[in-house]
Formats: sequence, C-alpha cells, structure tokens
Amino acid sequence: MADQIATAEPSTTPSETLDRVVIRFAGDSGDGMQVAGSRFTDASALFGNDLATLPSFPAEIRAPAGTLPGVSSFQVQIADFDILTAGDQPDCLVAMNPAALKKNFRDLRQGGTLVVNTDTFDERNLAKAGYDKDPLEDGTLDGYRVIKVPMDELTKEAVKDTGVSGRSVLRSKNFFALGLLAWLFHRPTEPTIEWAQKKFSRTPEVAAANVAAFQAGYTFGVATEAAKITFEIKPAALRPGTYTNVNGNTALAWGLIAASKLSGLPLFYGTYPITPASDILHELARHKNFGVRTFQAEDEIAGVGTAIGAAFAGSLAVTGSSGPGIALKSEGISLAFMMELPLIVINVQRGGPSTGLPTKPEQSDLLFSLYGRHGESPIPVLAIASPSDAFELTIEAARIAIKYMTPVLLLSDNQVANGSEPWMLPDVDAIAPIETEFARHPNGPNSTFLPYMRDIDTFARPWAVPGTPGLEHRIGGLEKEAITGNVSYDPANHQLMTDTRAWKVANIVNDVPDLEVNGDEDADILVLGWGSTFGSIRAAARRVRLAGEKVATTHLRYLNPMPRNLGDILNRYDKILIPELNTGQLRKVIRAEYLVDAKGLNKIAGEPFKISEITEKILEMIK
Amino acid sequence: MTAPSYTRADFQTDQEVRWCPGCGDYTILASVQQFLAGLGRPREEFVFVSGIGCAARFPYYMNTYGMHSIHGRAPAIASGIASTRPELSVWVITGDGDALSIGGNHLIHALRRNVNLKILLFNNQIYGLTKGQYSPTSEPGKTTKSSPYGSIDYPFNPVSLALGAEATFVARTLDMDRGHTQELLKAAYEHEGSAFIEIYQNCNVFNDKAFIQLTGKEERVHNRIDLEIGKPVVFDEGAKAIVLRDGSATIVDSSTVDPGAILVHDPTRPDPAVAFALSRLSHGPYGPTPLGIFRNVHRPTYESQMNAQIEAAKEKLGDGDLSTLITSQGTWTVKETSSNGG
Repeated sequence: MADQIATAEPSTTPSETLDRVVIRFAGDSGDGMQVAGSRFTDASALFGNDLATLPSFPAEIRAPAGTLPGVSSFQVQIADFDILTAGDQPDCLVAMNPAALKKNFRDLRQGGTLVVNTDTFDERNLAKAGYDKDPLEDGTLDGYRVIKVPMDELTKEAVKDTGVSGRSVLRSKNFFALGLLAWLFHRPTEPTIEWAQKKFSRTPEVAAANVAAFQAGYTFGVATEAAKITFEIKPAALRPGTYTNVNGNTALAWGLIAASKLSGLPLFYGTYPITPASDILHELARHKNFGVRTFQAEDEIAGVGTAIGAAFAGSLAVTGSSGPGIALKSEGISLAFMMELPLIVINVQRGGPSTGLPTKPEQSDLLFSLYGRHGESPIPVLAIASPSDAFELTIEAARIAIKYMTPVLLLSDNQVANGSEPWMLPDVDAIAPIETEFARHPNGPNSTFLPYMRDIDTFARPWAVPGTPGLEHRIGGLEKEAITGNVSYDPANHQLMTDTRAWKVANIVNDVPDLEVNGDEDADILVLGWGSTFGSIRAAARRVRLAGEKVATTHLRYLNPMPRNLGDILNRYDKILIPELNTGQLRKVIRAEYLVDAKGLNKIAGEPFKISEITEKILEMIK
Repeated sequence: MTAPSYTRADFQTDQEVRWCPGCGDYTILASVQQFLAGLGRPREEFVFVSGIGCAARFPYYMNTYGMHSIHGRAPAIASGIASTRPELSVWVITGDGDALSIGGNHLIHALRRNVNLKILLFNNQIYGLTKGQYSPTSEPGKTTKSSPYGSIDYPFNPVSLALGAEATFVARTLDMDRGHTQELLKAAYEHEGSAFIEIYQNCNVFNDKAFIQLTGKEERVHNRIDLEIGKPVVFDEGAKAIVLRDGSATIVDSSTVDPGAILVHDPTRPDPAVAFALSRLSHGPYGPTPLGIFRNVHRPTYESQMNAQIEAAKEKLGDGDLSTLITSQGTWTVKETSSNGG
C-alpha cells in the first residue's frame, strides 16, 4: 500500500499561523459533506487541536439534488487553545454547488476563503439555487479569497484507474475537497487515508478512488498554489491527558454501558427510531459483547413499556427518544414513577412542536420534562451541557435511578447529540461503582415481604426481582397502601403516598453537587444556563471580559432537584440573564421558585446561539 | 431439590377478590391457580402482567410476581421481562378492549416476535369496568350506552387476528369449561414461544349469556366444534362435519360426504391458512364455533435469538472492556506543557 499513501511534494506556498479557524463544508446532501467534515475533524483532533463541531443536515434523506432544501453542511472550529463552540461565522466555506453557496454565503466572514466547485455552476443548478446570474462572475464574491476548482473534472481524472465507474466516480469528490483543505490548513494526511482504506476495505476500488481523490486535491493545492497563503493552527495546550473526539449520542451510549458495568446490571434499551436519538440505539446495538440488549419496539409506548418490564425484572432499563416520542411515553413514565422502578428516559430534544424541525437543536422540552405527566409525578431531570459531559452525566442518571428507585429524565439536544468535541478520557477503573442491592429476604412480620417498606435514608423501596423465593409481590398503577403496597383508596393514605413520593425526589438534592460560579464572582451580572448553551455562554463571557467588563456564569446540569446553593447564588447578583433556545422556560421556573427578576435571551430559530448574540445581550444589560 | 408440592391455595393471595358475583373471571382464576399448583414449579418463577379492565385485576389475586400496569401495554411490558429473564414463566392477562383496542399494536407485535409469553384474552365482548360500552369484539348492531342506535363497528375475530399475526400457538376455550381450559393452559405452557388463548368469558352484568350458544345445555350440542388433534373435525354428535371447499372451511352434513373428505385437524401445519379457515367458521359465538388449539408450530423465540447474539458476540470479541470501548475512535495524548490558553 506504500505507493498509495505516498505523500505529496512539500508545499512552497507561504503560510500564516492562526490561533483558530472556522471551516464549513457545504454541499448537496448526497455530496458526502458530513464525511468530509468529520474526517477533517478527526485529523485535526489527532493533530492535537482543540475543536468543536456542528453538523447541519436536512430532514429529508435526499431532497431533490441541487436544491436549497437539499443542502447539508458540517461546521468545525479548530484552535490552538480551548474553545467552547463550533464558532459563529465560518472563515472558510467549501461550496460544492450553487445551492450550497446560496444558503451559506451570508454566514461567511467578510474577506473569508471560499472554495468552490465550478463544475456545478451551470445554468440548471444556478436556476435551482435561485441565482439569476452566476455569482462566480457577477462580482458577488469580490473581496473574498476565492479558490475556484473544477472538482468534478479533476476527480474523474484522479480516479480513472481505480476501477470505480458510472455514478460512483463523482462520489469521491468530497475527498478531493478534503485533500485540498488538508493542504490549505496543513492537516496531516495519514489519518484520512488510513480511515478510507479501513472503512472501504470491502470495496477496495472505492477505497482507492477516495484515496486518489484525496491525494489529487492535496496535490492540486501544492501544484497550482491554489491559494496565495495557507494556514497553520498549532496544537492546543489542553489539560494533560488522553483525548478522543466524541459526539454526545456516542458518549451517552458509552455512559449507559459504563453504568451497566458499574452497577453490575445488564443494560436494556427499549426504543423506537426517531431523529436525533436513533444513533444511541445504533451505537448500543453494536456492543452486544457488553451484554447489551436493544429492543426496537413497535412504537414509542412499547419502547418505554419493555423498559419498565426489564426494570421490574432487574435490568438497568433505559428508553430514549425525542420530544414527540417522549409525549407518547408519558403515561409509561408515570407508571414507573408510581411503581417506583428505576428507569432512565433520554430525551434528545429537537425543534418542536409536533414534527417541528427534526434535525435542529432546541431546548423547548424543559417544562415538559419537569411537569409533562398526569397526576403528581415529579421526577429527577438532568441536562447534558456538551458532548464531553454526556458520559459522566449519564452515569449519574443511572446512579440516581437505582439509588432512589425512580425514573430519571436525561435531557440532551441535537447540538449535544451530533456536535463533537475532544473529551479527556476518564480513568474508568477510578469511577465509583453504582451500589445495587436486590432484596433477598422477607422484611415484614411472619416472613412476609413489604414492597413499599422504605429505606430510612433515601426513602427508596426495595427492589425484589422475579425469581427471588419468598418475595412474590404485585405492583401496579393503582394507589398503594404505604408499606404493604396493597391497593388502597384511603384518603389519608393517598395524601401520605403523594407526599412521600415527592419528598423522595426532593431529597435527591443530597446527591446534587453545589453549583460553582465561573468567572468574576464579584460581577453585577450572572448568566445562568442549562444544556447545550454551555459553550456559547462561556465563550460570550470571555468576550465580555475582553471588553473590560465583569460577568459571572453558572450552568445547571441538575434541573430537578436544583442544587441547594442555587438560591444563594441568585441572590448575590443584581442582574440575572438566562439565555435559552426556547421562549423562556427555565426563566419561568427560576422566577417562580426563587422570586428573582431574571431576564431572558431567547432564540427559537433552529440553530444555536451565536456567541456574539449572548455577548451583546450581556453588555447591554451591564450598561 | 425436589419440586414444591402446591395446592391451589398456595397461589391465592390475601387480597379480597373483587369481581361481580357470578363473573366468569372467578372460574378462570380457579383454573389457572389449579393448573399452576399441579406443575410443581416454584411460584417465584411466575410473573403475571395485566393492563386495565376487569380481567386486569387478576395478578393481584395470584401469589406470584405480578404487575397491574396500564391500558393495553401488558404485552410490551411482559416482553421486557421475558426477553431479559428467559428462565421465568411470563403470563399476560388481558381483555377484549385491553388487547384488541388500546393495546392491539402490542399484541400483534408480541405474537409476530414470538416472545415466550402466555397471553390469556378474556373475551366478554363488552367493556365491563367502564360500565357497558361496546368493545372491538361486540357484535354489529349491539345496543349499549355508547351505541344507543346500535354499534356500527365491525368486530375482530381474535383467533383470526392472532393467526394473521402468525402467532405460533393459538387456541380458544370457554370460562366455565375448567377441564378444557386447563388442557389448553398445559399445551400453552409447554409451547416454546407466544401462546394466545382466547377465553370466552361471561359478563353476567353487562353482557349476560353472550356465549349461550356454546354453553346452553340445548344449544352447545349443536354449536360446539371441538378441535381434536389427529381427528376428523365433526360436531353435533357426528351429524355435521367440516370440509375444505374453495379455500374455505365449510360445514356439511356428515352423511353427504365421503369420510375421507372430512378435514383432519392438525395444528402443526406450518402454513396458518387452514387454521385461519377454521377460525372463519364463526365470527363470534353465534352458531357453530370451534374450540381447542388452532395452531401450534415451532419458531425460535425472540429472547433465545437475542441471547444467542449476545453469547456469539462475547465469544467472538470477549467480554466488553470499557477502556477499549472509549478509546475505539482513536485517541491522542496531551503532555504536560505550559498553557497558551485564551
């Protein structure tokens, strides 16, 4: 294979060193932009940059080729320091066709670099994208560094001896673009070549074509000096440790597997496919050697139903979905709450209501998570702050579910789920085990078993699994008598049981770490966030400080119960800002529970905050 | 370890049984308790799961593990139990509304997957707990509180539905025939995979005598078609017989056909077509109606395949290792240096 991975001639084009750069790959959804973006990302990760990514794809699997709805993109920011988001504005845009240019050009930084595949700019494609005139010719791109490349032609030429033919030929053009960017940004080439050879090992001609196109792209840069200047981004001085680049769905799935190991309970995942949660199912289904059972149920209701059955029978039971699916599971979650069985419910939020924006991020299920069940059924709610937070918080969700015998809602969103960033790997041997003890012996008089006799500290009831002799018992959705679990319609008992269940969940606060304030503790303003806005808020606070102002931030990962010291923190600041990708759901809760005049910055546009949006709001509130 | 010696009382709980006096559910409860006691299998190995409805109270009266869950979901919940704990004996107790209306989807999917569940559908052709609305098995035109002008819903034939879902074991019995019920319970219990038994159950409050054609002293002789394995299908004291004609099961006078032309009952036919044809002889207990085992075939259970995949993966890859997992996408190491952070 040595001849295949021969490196190109060294580049003679002068280079400039940048501390960070934002690159967006955009093309038709069949153009392989997600692959190109994630390969660029992995090469950068292995090179040692800090990075953050944000993919964006249409909900349609294949919208008509060349149209605006069919545009798929992948944005990555790479830097030589620790960054927090995938960046507001691309410095470099790769546009594989007119529609990709049309849809993304307005985001490109003034004077930024544009790499464009000129072969697709024919009359038909221009018309599909809504261009009256060819933007490559009419002055639209004046003031930008434009690299015009006939990628179709060059890709065809590059792959002609590899054995691919017909429509397969142009499938490699994403690798051509990737090769060109590897040259432009001084990326190592080996990781991409090795990846392609491994990924397509069953179709060697495809592997060869992709490698050839990649090398042709790189060589094109070297040979034609395609740009006047190339860019270097040195490795970042991240905290010492071993890192991997991971997205939130994968890290969450690994967290579930880890929780299974830590608790000694077999993992069961009952679910129904839904965007953007399905990748959790896909990841778990691959790892059967960990004893993972995945159950692709007939519907969302059966997803939670099978998980409830598995929980009763002694598994670490999990169900996962996105907003519409969680709505269908609501009755089942209340049953698990009523029966007091451990269950993890994952909601990877997306734009709503209804089918809404299935592939876009939004944080609009917070109130639904806190209150969206019939009857008095408070359950613990945790929210993942970033892809690298998913592993640890998932283990925490499992720990709470088992310790307190309760369903736990674990919130993620499309940005956490599909975005990626470096994650410093934990020492898995140092993670505390999840203590799990099934009931083995009768706990009542005359060798009887009392399924609702509670632990004196946690108020959790015993978990007696079928198959245990002498502990045969029945549980169900009907109100049950305290201690015995027998069906009871007694008024005082219903009051007692309702209060007890609520108290049990409120008491979980003992396991919630105190909130830490980041930044200027003596600032007048506190920015409070939850979920995937973590990176944007922290980055905005940095900019505020660069502007010479003081700002404190803090971030909620536990939304029910909230940390014990939250009230004290809120009372220390004159001004409180809560940025959310919804119309003000956390703000409503904070105002109701803590009686503080929190202000909101609210966006519901199917995209994350730009750092500048939060920065401006903070500065405006400081004035 | 010797098998435990049980009597029916060992499977009774201390909870007061609260069905209406005269309800068919009492008889079914007694049949099931009696049958389980006779098996000599430790009672902690049984799990009874129900949904909502009169029948759904059943688990409270069984001294085994049990769950009285939510409307229609019992087959899904039971699938979670059976697929994670294949060594248990998992039973679903359901009714016509629970199984065929709100839970119809879960029922057919449990059956097609062949999860090792024993599903007992108490069919009384009425909604009892909500006090008398028509159900998905009520006869067309039935006048109830919710259908004062007569029901316009076309009913399901539960046996046909189960066969359509390619259930591997499908049977029908009558609440009051305890001997027949226990015979079918035994066959279902011994069947490896989903077993579906429709039990005609009399609701003496809202739908009394719905099954009189099969239970009445006069009527039953003429209407009860007992499906006996390996025997020609005849009824009405031999006067009537079943033959296959034009793809359908047809009732004929025995005297008019060659005895060799009478259908011989074989529930193990791989193709469910003949069983389905038998199920079409009646669309409810209004005339000659077959009782017994319609279908009993072998197909690997869902959980056996699920666990085989796990075992195969462990064999091939070894027990999963967490460190290997979290480094599987490639890693890089940052060494101790001075920070140039921003």
